[in-house]
Amino acid sequence: MMNIPRNELLALGAGLAGAAVLAFLPLVTEGFWLSLSVNIMLYAAICTAWALFSGPTHLVSLASAAFFGVGTYSVAIFIDVLPFPALILIAVVAGALLATLVGLATLRLSGVYFVIFTLGLAELLGQIVTWVQTNFGGAIGLYVFTDFTETHLYWMLLALTVVVFLTGWLINRSRLGLALRIIGNDEAVARHVGVDTARARIILFAVSGAFIAVAGAIMAPRYSYITPDAAFNPMTSFLVVIMALLGGTRRLWGPLVGVVPFTVVMDFISGHFPNQTAVIMGLAFLAIVYVLPDGVTGQLESLFRRRPTDKSLLTTTVEEGR
Amino acid sequence: MLILLTGLLLGGTYTLIALGLTLQYGVARIMNLANGETLVAACFVTFWLYTGFGINPLLGLLVIGPVAFVVNWLIYTWLMQPLVKRARNRGMLEVDSILATFGLLFLFQGLMLQAFGGSYFNYEFLARPFSIMGNSFGLNRVVAFVAAAVIAVALYLFLYHTDRGTAVRAVAVDPRAARLVAIDVRKTAAFAFALGGAITACAGTLLSTFYTFNTSMGVIFTMKALIIVIMGGVGDVRGAVLAALVLGVTETLVASLLDPGLTLAANYTLFIVVLLFRPQGIFGKRPA
Repeated sequence: MMNIPRNELLALGAGLAGAAVLAFLPLVTEGFWLSLSVNIMLYAAICTAWALFSGPTHLVSLASAAFFGVGTYSVAIFIDVLPFPALILIAVVAGALLATLVGLATLRLSGVYFVIFTLGLAELLGQIVTWVQTNFGGAIGLYVFTDFTETHLYWMLLALTVVVFLTGWLINRSRLGLALRIIGNDEAVARHVGVDTARARIILFAVSGAFIAVAGAIMAPRYSYITPDAAFNPMTSFLVVIMALLGGTRRLWGPLVGVVPFTVVMDFISGHFPNQTAVIMGLAFLAIVYVLPDGVTGQLESLFRRRPTDKSLLTTTVEEGR
Repeated sequence: MLILLTGLLLGGTYTLIALGLTLQYGVARIMNLANGETLVAACFVTFWLYTGFGINPLLGLLVIGPVAFVVNWLIYTWLMQPLVKRARNRGMLEVDSILATFGLLFLFQGLMLQAFGGSYFNYEFLARPFSIMGNSFGLNRVVAFVAAAVIAVALYLFLYHTDRGTAVRAVAVDPRAARLVAIDVRKTAAFAFALGGAITACAGTLLSTFYTFNTSMGVIFTMKALIIVIMGGVGDVRGAVLAALVLGVTETLVASLLDPGLTLAANYTLFIVVLLFRPQGIFGKRPA
């Protein structure tokens, strides 16, 4: 922590100042624009948390909806007996636990197993919750009544986003961050230099999952009536992947570049042409693969900077890590 | 006994879906997550041919199979081959193909949603009772199973008893070594991808004769196919057949004894067991 480079300090200051300015937004706007801002802030938090794991490891996680739902249900189940901050804590634990279990089952094997496993995870949890509720709980759905307004949700999501960013920055500076960059570049090399690849991935996945669960917990008051279909909506996972990859995951702030425009576009389309959302998402995925493989930020970077000369991957990694 | 037979009949169709996917992933190395959409599209085309023109679904196979072959061949040469060319290693190709086929998944799903809407569809075909060992089953299920078995056997004979089939298996084992024995890997991969798509489409046609389908169910079937493929071992025909039957029986067991809403949970339980104990597949060898 002693020798933080000057440009990172500057970025840190700029980021905090930006967050402080954004905190005043609810004072000048309300209604539609505020609720759109809540959506943007929500996806900013989730996509950045997603990229914490999927960026360096190159493993496409489709578990976001599962974590989100787990967070929402942490609130829905205990809202009548515990104060809200305790519920956030429960969401953290539940999200991290789920991520660890999934990680233990799949992250020790090749990447495809992980993608496939997360593909149906949200649907699986939704089915189980429905089954439990119809057989033991009576009604499908739980009520969440709080005094929170959109402004409160906005502030909480902003705070969450700031925490995600700070965590990402600290991870980048830690041994874990270095280990992950090596794994991302070449897993065989990572194992040879003594990195426990499975352990590093599982820890990071748990961190990322916990943050997404918190986002789900914060959003629970907005729904007020929680059903498995809404909480574990698989679309969330896909939207997160699209937004984060559109922005680019090489930089911590990369996903933000995708989140802001895409949330606005999706809001417009689902409002005016609800039947076209799937087509738009399909085209977005194809655009990511064929037009913007490194995202908007990656594309801009390679435009403005010449391609790095061919150093070996490891030396590049180690230099970036310094 | 009733449950076991029902499960086996269902497993027949699952076998075909999984064989289609295992050809695409095991040979062409494309993790095709839009596989379920091929299946659903075939369901709808069969429905359209049957209700609109009175074409028997079994005859429909003769149209749908070749059309699906051509469409999948085009998808491979236009969309997947550029990814294969630019990939520096297997991992990159996997990520790219997963994202690209997600794109196709949503695109097809969106187009079908516009054409047919979001409601459930089915039609009556051979909805007569048929008795096996004292239990009665829908004749359509039995016919679908027999047709699936015929297609699976034909595929097996092709793969293991013709030169072309041997070439396909060689690419599955090692694309680089296959080139050394004068196999055109690019053509063979495109052929395998197209054949896989055609087989999945046939499975869709057969499925539609006894199953209620809608535009958004593709992902669930992709998921089932993936679990079967992994359980059986990637590229392994015998393994896929056995795994599909196991999945069919397990699903039917859970649906009739516990709750039909828990079939996905049953699939996942099998998946987890496989991942923990035999990630290389039922007949697979442990990698060195």
